[in-house]
Amino acid sequence: MLGYLRNKWTLAAGCVLAAVTVASAENGDTQKSIKARGLLNCGVSSGVQTGMSTLDSAAKWNGFEVDFCRAVAAAVLGDAEKIKFVPLEIKTAFATLQSGGIDLLARTATHTFVRDIELNVAWPGAYLYDSQGFLAKKSLGVKSAKELDGASICVSAGSNYELNLADYFRKNGLKFTPVAANSRDQNEKNLETGRCDVYANVLSALAGAVSKLGKPDDWVVLPELISMEPIGPVVRKDDSRFRDIVGWTLNALIAAEELEITQANVEKLKASSTSPEVQRLLGVTGDFGVKLGLGNDWALNAIKAVGNYGEMFERNLGNKSPIKLERGLNNLWNNKGLMSSPLLR
Amino acid sequence: MGWVFQALLVVALAWVAHVAIGNLYDNLAARGLKLGFDFLWQEAGFEIAFHLVPYTSSDNYWRVFLVGITNTLLVTAVAIVFSTILGFTIGIAQLSGNWAVSRAARIYVEIVRNLPQLLHILIWYNVALRALPAPRVAIGVGDMVYLSNRGVFLPALTSDRPGLLVIAILIAVIAALALFRSLTSYAERTGRAVNAWLPSLAVLVLLPVLAVALTGTQVSVSLPQLKGFNFIGGWALVPELTALVFAMAIYNAAFIGELVRASIEAVSKGQREAAAALGFGWWWTLRFIVIPQAVRVLLPPLSNQYLNILKGSSLAVAIGYPDLVGVFTGISINQTGRAIEIVGMTMAVYLAISLLIGALINLFNHMTRIVER
Amino acid sequence: MTEAALISDTPRRATAMASAPARIALWLRRRIFASWRDALLSLVVVLILGAIAWTILPWALFKATWSAASRADCAPGGACWGFVAAKASQFIYGFYPPLERWRPDTVFALLIAGLTWLMVPRIPGKGYAGLFMMVVLPVVTFVLLHGGVAGLPVVPSDKWGGLLLTLILAVSGISFSLPFGALFALGRRSRMPLVRWLCIGFIEFCRGVPFITVLFMAIVMLPFFLPSGMKPDPLALAVAGIIFYEAAYMAEVVRGGLQALPKGQYEAAMAIGFGYWRTMLYIILPQAIRKVVPGIVNTTISLLKNTTLVMVVGLFDLLNIVSAGVADPLWVGSQAEGYFVVGLVFWLMSFGLSCYSRAIEGGFARADRA
Repeated sequence: MLGYLRNKWTLAAGCVLAAVTVASAENGDTQKSIKARGLLNCGVSSGVQTGMSTLDSAAKWNGFEVDFCRAVAAAVLGDAEKIKFVPLEIKTAFATLQSGGIDLLARTATHTFVRDIELNVAWPGAYLYDSQGFLAKKSLGVKSAKELDGASICVSAGSNYELNLADYFRKNGLKFTPVAANSRDQNEKNLETGRCDVYANVLSALAGAVSKLGKPDDWVVLPELISMEPIGPVVRKDDSRFRDIVGWTLNALIAAEELEITQANVEKLKASSTSPEVQRLLGVTGDFGVKLGLGNDWALNAIKAVGNYGEMFERNLGNKSPIKLERGLNNLWNNKGLMSSPLLR
Repeated sequence: MGWVFQALLVVALAWVAHVAIGNLYDNLAARGLKLGFDFLWQEAGFEIAFHLVPYTSSDNYWRVFLVGITNTLLVTAVAIVFSTILGFTIGIAQLSGNWAVSRAARIYVEIVRNLPQLLHILIWYNVALRALPAPRVAIGVGDMVYLSNRGVFLPALTSDRPGLLVIAILIAVIAALALFRSLTSYAERTGRAVNAWLPSLAVLVLLPVLAVALTGTQVSVSLPQLKGFNFIGGWALVPELTALVFAMAIYNAAFIGELVRASIEAVSKGQREAAAALGFGWWWTLRFIVIPQAVRVLLPPLSNQYLNILKGSSLAVAIGYPDLVGVFTGISINQTGRAIEIVGMTMAVYLAISLLIGALINLFNHMTRIVER
Repeated sequence: MTEAALISDTPRRATAMASAPARIALWLRRRIFASWRDALLSLVVVLILGAIAWTILPWALFKATWSAASRADCAPGGACWGFVAAKASQFIYGFYPPLERWRPDTVFALLIAGLTWLMVPRIPGKGYAGLFMMVVLPVVTFVLLHGGVAGLPVVPSDKWGGLLLTLILAVSGISFSLPFGALFALGRRSRMPLVRWLCIGFIEFCRGVPFITVLFMAIVMLPFFLPSGMKPDPLALAVAGIIFYEAAYMAEVVRGGLQALPKGQYEAAMAIGFGYWRTMLYIILPQAIRKVVPGIVNTTISLLKNTTLVMVVGLFDLLNIVSAGVADPLWVGSQAEGYFVVGLVFWLMSFGLSCYSRAIEGGFARADRA
């Protein structure tokens, strides 16, 4: 009886909201609902994060986060443009994911215990290994974070950097005043106007800030790095199939770099490569895509859309971008980095 | 017929509630989440820039909640005071016989009230930050007050028994008000000229001093001093607070100005002419004839405007002032994931304050209503 | 309330006879230099206004750069209007695909046509105009903008932004909050206690909480109460939030009009055998609403300004898209220009509405006297 009533309510409410809602399939099958609506709902940062998610004058989304959304859309739907980007401040990001407003959160979200267990969301992998540091004006004359007693520090409201910062100062017996702004953009403005003395964020964000503020020689990143941040895409825990899809799309991009598959040569390699690993990844042999519930060209589509992991990094954050972030830990494992893919076999 | 309809309504509402709560439990179960207020006792772990109640990062979320409420109340109270002062000025200026003054007031009202409040706040915040100097070159007033882009720094009273001080001051304010009221009503009753200001002020100052002296409480004045990066000591008003108060005062003053103008215009012209005939100057006419009558018309819409100020203070979140919405509905939701509990608590707080203010205003209306003879 | 205001207006009649220069001199003496205090005040006011104009005008006009490819091309100290020119289409349409922009253009045209029909007193058929604005326009707007029928490509709602989104939020909010508000106002005066208490509860709830928290509730909390398969669009949730929040305010305005109506109107309607709904729809509400047009317009203006708050839930309304445009590395430092444009657009819309309200009020007052 209850089930009947609830179905009827669904129907009635569905009729009322049909005009304005995106219908989706039942619980536990994110992938099916993405296919049904023909769009991936992808949460990214607020569109003002240099290198991560920005909107250009032609209203096109760019950036590392955005490219990862494209890779997943290409893998699931075969079209990297079938995405609805939902820009989210970190304060509303997890709540929106939990409540089903987005399928995937591709933001600079660090994997932490509380988020994993209490918010009950999952990180299928890490696409950036970053560290939290401090950015200061050179003219401030500060050489070490230990000298920051009494400083005003800019930090993103509701981020885990806020927590790291409080811990670090408590541990060292120092005091500070937080200046918690909602967006990176406001943080950068606050740093520039001198509202705060230093800006605490991960190195990729600090590099982005420097590239935006101009005059890179005026700024210095203090030597202390106070945390190691595994940052990755986030999905709901209740759908392990979609978690696999997101995780393996990331793995495919990393594996592609290792196998030297690029956006440019992927079609050629599909036709000509004799390497069994390349053939498996690109769906020439085996049926990995079908086992994920996708087409066998899933990885091919993802690589065609955004290139391999290295290309994605360099284009948005590395040397081919204004940010010029060093790859460092985000190099492949065989190049003194931490990036590696589980085996494709 | 009516009863049938109402019964149907009850059934329909109960059904909607039942289904909604059923959905809630299904959704929570599917996502492995739970409801409850246990999170309030967890350690928050983040610092808050500005707080009236003591707070450190090792306090729990309940304390964060209290910090948010007190910060919201502070900004609301201060904004109400300033927007009332500015609003009355604008309202009276609009009716000035001086063409330049009334035109300028009119222009002010028309420009300010047609812009969104959020825009006001963003503009004033960014303007203030760009215009003010760094702490090392702060604008100082006699080594007591400093103005910089880190905020306004004022001398502060510090005490080893701050609770006692607060209670003593509160009692002194109430006592002074009561004395002032009884003295003025005595003057009105008897027609004798009684100076009500002096004794009231004396009570206001002497009571706390007496309390401090009798209990042997240590009281000292702490002056702001530049040390390292910032000013230490004194009372720091962060720029987010000052910009917010400034923007809200400017914005709401335009509305209050309009209300004041309308209420003064509602006082019949004969009243003013009669006052003029008695030889009252403009200030006396205003003070003793116009304002007392205008206030009755003014109060209901003015109280609504005060509630708007309370609600508008939630826009603080846009510039990072740690009000209730900022620290609790914003940061705490993200750190704990308890969206339903936190949004519910926040709404309950605003609702309670609004209903309380509404009840007080009704009481006041009741007390000041014209007694028909 | 200076002395000048307290003087009776006999001299005014005298001035009508005098020559123009003498009239101006008299006017100056009476309205500007009535006393030394007045003269001083006038001087201070003129100085302040002059100082403001002196800061804004050179920045906005004389030192401004009118076309530029990036912030670097703009002269320092002046406004960089090239920024606004470069981003204009984004400010208006958001991320709407350039090839499909005739669709929002059509919507704008329909909106203007509908508003003209509704607002110009001489054009007949106001009832149909209302029907057009409340039923036809929302449906046409949604179908046209969203597409997916008659060969129109689908443009999902995250691509709608800027002025387009602000207007969608405002117009849908206004069209629906007034009827809902009227319903709640009637409910609040209903003789059925349950209906009355429910309406009072709803109205007082909405009036007691900030709009931001309602948005938070709609976006973050509401999905938990919906069936798990249903994932409403954030825009739809924001629109629903605006409608219900503002409906509570509209209800209070309409209630004021209902209370001001003489009881005879109800009794007369009952006497000629009208039922409750016909009495309300044809006799009471038209009169009540006419009495409170200024209040309705004020609520409309506050609704329009409140749409900027959707920023907190990640929708790109005009203010938010301008903020995002300012963050473009090419245009860093163009904040003042951005805010200026947003302010101007909102000001023109709100001021236009309030002028209209005053004109209507004047018209009604004349009609009542006649």
